[in-house]
Amino acid sequence: MRIELVKRKEHSSLMTLLSPLVAVGLTLVAAAILFTISGKDPLLGLYKFFIEPLTDTWSLQEIIVKATPLVLIACGLSVCYLSNNWNIGAEGQFVFGALCGSFLPVIFPEFANGATLPMMLLFGAAGGAAWAMIPALLKTRFNTNEILTSLMLVYVAGLLLDYLVRGPWRDPGGYNFPESRIFSDAATLPVIGDGRMSISAPIAVIVVIVLAVVLAKTLKGFEIRVMGESPRAGSFAGFSAKRLTIFAFALSGALAGVAGTMEVSGSLNQLLPSISPGYGFTAIIVAFLGRLNPVGILIAGFVLALSYIGGEAVQASMGVSDKIASVIQGLLLFFVLACDTFILYKLRFVKKRKAVAIGEASHV
Amino acid sequence: MSMAGEENRAEVRKRSETGTLLDARGLTKRFGDILANDLVDLAINKGEIHALLGENGAGKSTLVKMFYGSLEPDAGAINWQGERVTITSPAVARSLGIGMVFQHFSLFEALTVVENIALALEGAGDMKALAQRIEDVSTEYGLPLDPNAVVADLPVGIRQRIEIVRCLLQEPRLIIMDEPTSVLTPQEADKLFLTLQRLASEGCAVLYISHRLEEVQRICHHATILRHGKVVRECDPSKETPASLARMMVGTEVMGVSLGAHQASGGAVRLGISNLSAKPGTPFATELRSINLGVRAGEVIAIAGVAGNGQGELFDAISGEMPVGRDMIRLDDEACGHRGVNWRRRKNAAFVPEERLGHGAVPGMKLSENIVLTRHGTGDGLASGGFVSTAKAGEMEQRIKAKYDVRMSHDDPEARSLSGGNLQKFVVGRELDRKPGVLVVNQPTWGVDAGAAALIRQALIDLARSGSAVLVISQDLDEIFEIADRIAVISRGYLSEPEDARKMTRERIGLLMAGGAETTAGAA
Repeated sequence: MRIELVKRKEHSSLMTLLSPLVAVGLTLVAAAILFTISGKDPLLGLYKFFIEPLTDTWSLQEIIVKATPLVLIACGLSVCYLSNNWNIGAEGQFVFGALCGSFLPVIFPEFANGATLPMMLLFGAAGGAAWAMIPALLKTRFNTNEILTSLMLVYVAGLLLDYLVRGPWRDPGGYNFPESRIFSDAATLPVIGDGRMSISAPIAVIVVIVLAVVLAKTLKGFEIRVMGESPRAGSFAGFSAKRLTIFAFALSGALAGVAGTMEVSGSLNQLLPSISPGYGFTAIIVAFLGRLNPVGILIAGFVLALSYIGGEAVQASMGVSDKIASVIQGLLLFFVLACDTFILYKLRFVKKRKAVAIGEASHV
Repeated sequence: MSMAGEENRAEVRKRSETGTLLDARGLTKRFGDILANDLVDLAINKGEIHALLGENGAGKSTLVKMFYGSLEPDAGAINWQGERVTITSPAVARSLGIGMVFQHFSLFEALTVVENIALALEGAGDMKALAQRIEDVSTEYGLPLDPNAVVADLPVGIRQRIEIVRCLLQEPRLIIMDEPTSVLTPQEADKLFLTLQRLASEGCAVLYISHRLEEVQRICHHATILRHGKVVRECDPSKETPASLARMMVGTEVMGVSLGAHQASGGAVRLGISNLSAKPGTPFATELRSINLGVRAGEVIAIAGVAGNGQGELFDAISGEMPVGRDMIRLDDEACGHRGVNWRRRKNAAFVPEERLGHGAVPGMKLSENIVLTRHGTGDGLASGGFVSTAKAGEMEQRIKAKYDVRMSHDDPEARSLSGGNLQKFVVGRELDRKPGVLVVNQPTWGVDAGAAALIRQALIDLARSGSAVLVISQDLDEIFEIADRIAVISRGYLSEPEDARKMTRERIGLLMAGGAETTAGAA
């Protein structure tokens, strides 16, 4: 018996929908095995990780707070990945955007009026886009591999942030703690309700809707999809691959920068040496789990945010290392990519015929 | 064993005086719902050149892949010199003495001839000795090769020699050749035929797949014709005519192409190319050297040439995918060498590239979306205010499908699911639907079956006669003589001056292909 992968004539729309669900199912099985290996009750572990956070308002709000940056970044990344631009450095664009967005409240704390917030968001978007421009220009100009350059710039941005909060941007009245000053009220995003949820969540939903329309209905969305699948056909259609690379990186950088600014302005209220639990990397999983489709990304963002909260929950109540959250996120991406194979291929089982003796192969 | 095989076998026996080398019985291969080979019987005698004929999709490739071990039959048996064998892999096939020369070469361009051959031979051993053997064998069979030449520097005809010599070094008893002459000049093809005849006289059998019925008639001893996966006829090709062979392949009379009124001169030049030169963009591309050509309203000009002599580069320069000097390209007397492809489309020019999937169409997109691909900028109302009109695209898809007889299993499928011929009808139809003033087509009927090819060729002629200028780039001389008013030849980036098709001969085209184009190029 032999197993063959056979190419389908067209992609299967059923598998496109089913693949992330199967991947989530397989991740659950793998997670249960992980819990068992570490000597915990697997069912209790799964319950605490995946279900319990959904049962009370505090953790639901926390999920939304964490899902917001994931969704925003993943929306930008989906445009990159659809158009064959492999931006892996959203984490760096997030951090650099947050730095630029914090410039006003840190350096000019007295500048506090109605224009402060919009200007911060603008600076954040510009900063993220500028940081993303570096790999984009290197790619279009010198043909460098954007996976490497964008990834390496993550660490540059992280170290820059670390330097600033320990050095020039340290809070003068902060007892030498490596933190910036606390933002004024005018530099803080308005809160919704009485929890930690700010208006960043509805902003993310608006971005999702706009992007969904752009991708499905406009010529720009068409261009993005054509370029991703077939650059040669794209240039035959009169689209420019280089311009689109710049566009995709600028857009995803700007969205990551806005997400970073909203994170420091809405949740942290100051700059810290570390401002992200790896949102920029987790967003890659969100983008793929969400089928590079904005609406799918919205759902996937919740699933991945849940894994952050669930990880904290099992650490607190069962004493499992919180690294389990990263492991489960990684498994999820692994299973999604594996299941995606079946969108364009199907399995076939071939019965091996009994080998008949081959006549002596004599050369004359 | 099938009953259908019985009568064929009677005939097989009649010619098997030299002994049967390979005898396949009832071979069947199924891919999903499609029966690619249905109880196929085929016998190849020692020392015969055996033609395998059939339209695209008739099952020829499937059959030879089973002989070469890259596919396993679902049912049936293969006997090799009277013994039943199971060919599980190409390595097993080679050890039996079955070699194959593929239509698409599998050579590493950056390596030398001897390095390429060493890669394919098990236990190649000493490179110097191998180089000597390559020189000996290749000269002996009239296909001289320099073992130390780098493949990238060699023309396609020589590259094919490498494949053939690589095959010969394995001392095969049966050589399978898939469309070997499609990349050769007529003179190069003649040389190949001599080699094949020599091989046959030494007892080596050749299974020869070709669409060129004249050459099948000329060199093959026997022919087996496949249609829809079944053997429909066997015959002696020397007793047939190309037309009767075509009839057996297609099953019906093939529609002839009518030229209509011949309009060689008089019309205004609608597509002008002057002093077009372009440096190659990649190390393996061809440089265009001072090309001059004027395509007039009402005429079809065909550019003949062996693959890889600058056809693709010329096409890209005319379509605007490769920007060139402003005055090098003129559309209806407006200089536009620096303009993009959509600007030229708005000037009523249309383009059909050689590669259907991945250049002319996006494989994973629906046909309606592939209409948007080339027509979003031509004022057909497909893109207004930045939004794409799917309704309008769907309407156009229906129209093109009906008019150009594009067959599909369900409505508006993805481009990749269409067969080659149907997709070609679609990408040509998509442009003809605009009634372009200038149409440039590269390889209009490459890999398309006879019925669809006739439809496309007639449409090109009709377009020209309605006042458009049509430029066809093709490697198929039969096609060129069928449709062209004037013929030019491209060779190593030089284009010869176009000459009246009625006075042009195959021999002259062959000479121009072999370098003559360079000397007449300046005259234009």
